[in-house]
Amino acid sequence: MITLEHVYILAGLFFAALSVLSARDTANAKRWGNTAFWTLVAVSFLFGSYLGDFLNGLLVIALIGVGGSNVLGRGAPKTTDTATREHFAKARGNKLFIPALLIPAIALLGGVVLKDVAIAGVPLFQPRQATLISLALGAMAATGLALFWFRAPLLAPLQEARRIMDTVGWAALLPQMLASLGAVFAASGVGVVIGDLMGAVIPAGNQFAAVVAFCVGMAFFTILMGNAFAAFPVMAAAIGLPLIVQGYGGSPVVMGAIGMLAGFCGTLMTPMAANFNVVPAALLQLPDRDGVIKAQIPTALPLLVINIILMYVFVFR
Amino acid sequence: MLTLLGIAVLVVGFIARINPFLVIAAAALTTGLAGGLDVVAIISLFGKAFNENRYVSVVWLVVAAIGLLEREGLQERARLLMANITYATTGRLLLLYLLLRQIASALGLTSLGGHPQMVRPLIAPMAESAAEVRHGQLPDHTRYMIRAYAAATDNVGLFFGEDIFIAIASILLIKGVLEQNGIFVEPLQLSLWAIPTAIAAALVHGFRLVRFDAKIANSVKQP
Repeated sequence: MITLEHVYILAGLFFAALSVLSARDTANAKRWGNTAFWTLVAVSFLFGSYLGDFLNGLLVIALIGVGGSNVLGRGAPKTTDTATREHFAKARGNKLFIPALLIPAIALLGGVVLKDVAIAGVPLFQPRQATLISLALGAMAATGLALFWFRAPLLAPLQEARRIMDTVGWAALLPQMLASLGAVFAASGVGVVIGDLMGAVIPAGNQFAAVVAFCVGMAFFTILMGNAFAAFPVMAAAIGLPLIVQGYGGSPVVMGAIGMLAGFCGTLMTPMAANFNVVPAALLQLPDRDGVIKAQIPTALPLLVINIILMYVFVFR
Repeated sequence: MLTLLGIAVLVVGFIARINPFLVIAAAALTTGLAGGLDVVAIISLFGKAFNENRYVSVVWLVVAAIGLLEREGLQERARLLMANITYATTGRLLLLYLLLRQIASALGLTSLGGHPQMVRPLIAPMAESAAEVRHGQLPDHTRYMIRAYAAATDNVGLFFGEDIFIAIASILLIKGVLEQNGIFVEPLQLSLWAIPTAIAAALVHGFRLVRFDAKIANSVKQP
């Protein structure tokens, strides 16, 4: 059986390779910062399952220390220049797309078709982890195919990966950091307090006000937490269930479905949803960290209004 | 009320553009202390959560393949492809991608897309190239705006498509929360009620993309 732990070992070796290559890159004046950062990430992936909570916590503190102190630089991995790439692009044609499309193809094959396959009673993939495992397999298959087909140097995938990861920098770990912060918030009862506050400000007997408070609350709480999943249980318990469903006899299905989507409007507007909003800004080398969010707000706000109207029209029918 | 201090720290930190890692550490410490935890407990709690959330960062494995393909000319090929399709404009290309991303996500195929896999190597270069065919060399601010729209389109398509698929995590979460309160619903009912918003999202963002070519033309003229 292939488990998530196997994927973590692979990822750990990958980050360890970034660390070693960073250490050897004398063109990067801050190379020891990069080395320390990727070493810590590699340790987390390789040994995190055995370290225990407190040691993992110290590891995160070290990671925050390195990532938060402006000691990461950008290396100069050996790569091809624009002229060479344009030549390759003309010579190779559209077959360049095939390895790129192999990644989602294998992720789909594994996540949809192979997820329940068992060999001699042993499942092929760890239950519920088929998609992530397949994504890792897809990435490896695409790398292997491209290496073989285009006869690239063996170290090229790791050097090129370092080229991209150096442009992303510490932001690569931001989504994982924020997810962990969410756990601390939950354990400290932040959600309950916000839910109580929101529940207290709605005028009694006003159905429309309840719908507005619920949808805006979903978006607002998602903006704070970066995740509509964290917002939904809180807002449903504060407004959705007691007022809209039990108070005014609204449909729980409409309340739930459209409420979640109102939360997604918040996801479009927050740097807390780092993997959707901050990481792409880094990946695309935008000078403005909030560039993607600014492009999304004119879609998110009208859509939030539409969700409020849809819920008000349909939830009480 | 004191537990909300952590959120205040977070908001102030993000607005003041302090390094997010430090902001997160400060917010976690503030919230934990206000919630009655001691420092060792907060460190352990954070370490445990960080360890359990390692799967979030697994996606970076794909950059080995994407980086290698970029070295071998992938982005340039994506640009050439667009240059050969004369009727393609940035707006139309992104509109097509929005609809494809929404439909694929609605069928549960959320992995057909994403920023490291699709937007950086393919969609963003194609969108830039389609604009270059019309306007020649683009000023930087236009180039960045096109990239931001490409990323935004991927997000909108994903968020307002995936909820139509019955086995997606958000649908299962709604079902779970309702069940804890003694209300039993079928995932299919929930996913049907995601359709009106999905259509609205296609219309709102689609409308912006239809007008995007004119916005690019304006942006190119500005210094």
